[in-house]
Amino acid sequence: MIAGDRIVFEDVSKFYGEVLGVNRVSLSLPPGVTTLVGPNGSGKTTLMNLMTGLVQPSSGRISVLGLTPGDPNEFFREVGYCTQFDSFPRGLTGWDFVFDSLLLHGMGSANASKLACEALERVGLMEAAHRKIAGYSKGMRQKIRLAQSIAHHPQVLVLDEPLNGLDPMARAESLALFEELSRLGMHLIISSHILDEVDRISDRVVLITGGYLVAEGNIHAVRSEVRDKPMQVLIRCDRPELLASRMFTLNHCVEARLHSDGHGVFLRTTDIDEFYRLLNGIATEGLVNIEAVAPADDDTHAIYQYLIGSEGGAS
Amino acid sequence: METLRKQPWSLWWMQARCIARIEVRRNLLTWKAAWIYFLAFVPTAIIAIHALFDRSHHALTDDTNVLAGIVQFYYIRLGIFFGCLGIFSRLIRGEMIERSLHFYLLAPVRREVLLLAKFAAGVFGAVLLFGSAIVVDFAFMYASFGADGQDYMFNGPGLAQLEAYLAVVVLGCVGYGAVFLLLSMMFRNPMPAAMLVLGWEAINPVMPSLLQKISVASYLKHLMPITVPGEGLFALLTVQTDPVRGWVAATGLLLLAAVVLAYSCIRIRTIEIRYTTE
Repeated sequence: MIAGDRIVFEDVSKFYGEVLGVNRVSLSLPPGVTTLVGPNGSGKTTLMNLMTGLVQPSSGRISVLGLTPGDPNEFFREVGYCTQFDSFPRGLTGWDFVFDSLLLHGMGSANASKLACEALERVGLMEAAHRKIAGYSKGMRQKIRLAQSIAHHPQVLVLDEPLNGLDPMARAESLALFEELSRLGMHLIISSHILDEVDRISDRVVLITGGYLVAEGNIHAVRSEVRDKPMQVLIRCDRPELLASRMFTLNHCVEARLHSDGHGVFLRTTDIDEFYRLLNGIATEGLVNIEAVAPADDDTHAIYQYLIGSEGGAS
Repeated sequence: METLRKQPWSLWWMQARCIARIEVRRNLLTWKAAWIYFLAFVPTAIIAIHALFDRSHHALTDDTNVLAGIVQFYYIRLGIFFGCLGIFSRLIRGEMIERSLHFYLLAPVRREVLLLAKFAAGVFGAVLLFGSAIVVDFAFMYASFGADGQDYMFNGPGLAQLEAYLAVVVLGCVGYGAVFLLLSMMFRNPMPAAMLVLGWEAINPVMPSLLQKISVASYLKHLMPITVPGEGLFALLTVQTDPVRGWVAATGLLLLAAVVLAYSCIRIRTIEIRYTTE
């Protein structure tokens, strides 16, 4: 992977006067879905604003696909940013908002009109396009921002709390759209507090708290790095008590909890490799009929809890 | 020179036109601009009432002096001053307060192009309002004199005076617009700074001639076709400067505006979106 395909932060710090925004952040993000996770005020929006030039770094360098916001003509052809600022220029309809922004790309009216239609249809807002944004619901305002940010077919899409205000159906549609865009090879940088849903489409996480980068990388890799928190595994089987008692013969198995339906057990282990080896042995013996095995805390939510925990609610 | 030639001028021009069109639509055709319409057309209403209801005999030269006084004391020192303050301080600071500036900063438009396009839209709006107000003032004022008024306008010095006043309006809007656009980028509340500018413009005539060059009103003074000496309270609004030729004054004012705009372009390159501090 060459640097021209990546979003790169090189030792970036941002101070708002004496207040720390982010401190010495270094990242190199490949295409795919990256979720920014951290409590309120942890620096997620600052990272996004730095990436798009809305704020300037106090030190360090940032490049997006080898471009910088200093050359906006090139940069914003490749980047779309759906901010969480819930305000719009006065008096505009949804159509004006998307269409005008496309005209600023240097497009002719016909092309801008075609792309505006496409974006509005993608977010399901075509019918309301000619109504004033001031009369939109919160969910519709979220959708129109999303439409504006994807209308010009950017390679990098930065989404700050893109699921806020959306009903479950619209959330599912948005996530499907993000998945589709990711499959097309785009970069998607998402911050969201709806971790369970974003988790399903995330390729990697960036955990940040108090302006400091806590961890980043593939979710499973980050989880396995958290060695002080035993891994939790859910095993669906017909004799969970027997399985739990066999597992407890090993030192690394530190906790067992029966599933509420009685057909499974949650086990915590400090040595996941040894754990699976023993589990294979038990399955071979045929004493327990094992139906399914799945990590139970190998997701963004669990990683958030382990690494950031009670410092604040996820946002 | 080669570097300049290689710049995407046609793209910038197209973007600037697009921004200017959006800005004019947004800022001129809105109820929030009603007070600026009021500022522009208050004298018009008074002149109309005078023309329609005050049938007592007036000398045409007296009313010509009254009109010159209105332009000199009201439009230049108050109407255009505060109108431009309202229009131009909205362009950047207003969008910061309404939390909508980031949409422009996220567009593929150089910030300098954005600033200059917004400035052009502001000048267009201000000139349209105050220019048309002065044209209507002339129409009401001289229409009430019937054939004499018509003769003064089309065979006398009337049209030349109107052209000179319109030039003053254009240059006034350019000068004050540039100053207030910069002030709105430098201060969260540009009003105190604008009051300082108003004070500076008032005391400028007693300043050394070098300092007089940093004043919009002092340049405009030289472009007035008729100068009305101020008396009493009006003396505070009267600018007395060394006589300068019209083209020198116009060039000086445009240079002053260009310097201010150049500095604004430098400032906008580092402007940040920090709405929480607005």
